[in-house]
Amino acid sequence: MSKPVVRHRFPLVRLGPTATGIVTVGLGLAAAEITIRADWINRFIVPPPSEVAVGIARIVLEEHIGRRFLLTAGECLVAGLMIAVLGVAAGVLIHRFRLLRRATETWVAAWAAAPVVLAYPLFMVIFGRNAWTIIMIGFVAALPPVILKTIEGLSTTRKVLVDVGRSFNLTGAQQFRKILFPAALPTIFVGVRLGLIFALINIVGVEFLINSGGLGQLINDLAERYDLAGTYAAIFFVVLVSVAFFVILERIERWLRPID
Amino acid sequence: MAAASDSAILTVDGVTVRFPTPEGAITAVEDVSFAVAPGEFLSIIGPSGCGKSTLFNVIGGLLTTHQGTVRVAGEIISGPHQSIGMVFQEESTFPWRTVGDNVAFPLELVGMPKRKRIERARRFIAMVGLAGFENRYPGELSGGMRQRVSLARTLASEPKILLMDEPFAALDEQTRLLLGDKVLQIQQQLQQTTLLITHNITEAVQMSDRILVMTYRPGRVKRIVDIDLPRPRDSEILGSEAFGRYVAQIWNDLREEASRGMKDEESHARDHEASA
Repeated sequence: MSKPVVRHRFPLVRLGPTATGIVTVGLGLAAAEITIRADWINRFIVPPPSEVAVGIARIVLEEHIGRRFLLTAGECLVAGLMIAVLGVAAGVLIHRFRLLRRATETWVAAWAAAPVVLAYPLFMVIFGRNAWTIIMIGFVAALPPVILKTIEGLSTTRKVLVDVGRSFNLTGAQQFRKILFPAALPTIFVGVRLGLIFALINIVGVEFLINSGGLGQLINDLAERYDLAGTYAAIFFVVLVSVAFFVILERIERWLRPID
Repeated sequence: MAAASDSAILTVDGVTVRFPTPEGAITAVEDVSFAVAPGEFLSIIGPSGCGKSTLFNVIGGLLTTHQGTVRVAGEIISGPHQSIGMVFQEESTFPWRTVGDNVAFPLELVGMPKRKRIERARRFIAMVGLAGFENRYPGELSGGMRQRVSLARTLASEPKILLMDEPFAALDEQTRLLLGDKVLQIQQQLQQTTLLITHNITEAVQMSDRILVMTYRPGRVKRIVDIDLPRPRDSEILGSEAFGRYVAQIWNDLREEASRGMKDEESHARDHEASA
């Protein structure tokens, strides 16, 4: 009999991964600081992390970072909600109908490689120079991974679990709700995570390109002023948006499926 | 305990299953007929490839493309039937549900109120010896414990017939023996009609009233052996002389079939190598 898994109750053991992550990032930043100050890396291309840290404080005070952060995060949230609802629904639909799947799966995969961001003039014509253009580009670019991972999650559900459902005479809807969907949830979440990354990259990219909105516009402004420390500091806030969404998603996943 | 067809709770009559393959149709099971009496423990034993699992799927209603009939209490079944509870060979607990919620699953399906189903699930969890583990997830349990959760989940649906497909195949020998004791104890306590598919002779003799021995492909009924050992039984019976005689007798029947299966597999492997 294999040994049962034991949950660690000691805070130190539980915090181990977080602490290791922080220490690793700290070491990386220290290494960057040393190599830049030793002139091994040109500081006019990569500023030392200490200058970026000062830049963070400066852009918080001078560049309305809170408002910009919330704007980019809000756009990302709306695009994220749209991909979660419509992307998962599209994946379920394509999985459900074999003909539809065979007809569209390759196209969806091809769409994942399309540089949607370059179609921004078209989106501006349709939606105008406002947040909806940015959100829609993020949404369209982020759909394929969510659709593909939803299909994968549903079709790789272990046959024995489906057979258990059949043995209890489950209806099609019950089979989906009680077995297929919960079994596919971890893979669907991988798709939503990938989708959010695609969405955030595209959202910041379009903000940068059309010089409108939140953090992307700020990066454009600071880069044009050749304020490298400020530019990297603004990029730090983009990373922060990503981290915030990952933490929230992880919480939602744990709530929906507490343990694997 | 021999089952007469008219008093049987389960009757399998002339079941034949053919599968289409690129080389033509393969007959997996041919003209299999038998009956199981209420409260009886019948094991179906045979070498690998004799169609045991195919028969499991036919009786459980998961495979319907067969000739012949399967009747439960006289009613011909044409799909999964609420009177038949299935326990699968593969690990089949729902990893996203706690032990309690796994076992309460069939009760949830019939709309039983939450409080009542939790209470009912506790009874079956205790029956398989997992009291205290209600709030654990399957990922926190060992293989043997997870298989007991599957058994409790099936028992919770209170099936007239418990149909098990090599439920202990993935477990080590000691766990297998102890779980065998547990199944016997439950079967005797509930007077549960049980049909066990297995390739393990010891397991079959330890538990059964009768053993149906199948031939290698196509799977036919070679012989049905009555096991006249005293009940209640547990794994201590393994040391008895009568037990040893039954094991030897069934191995005699099986040896020829198992050798035929082995030769057939070797010849397939050689053909495959020659054509590669």
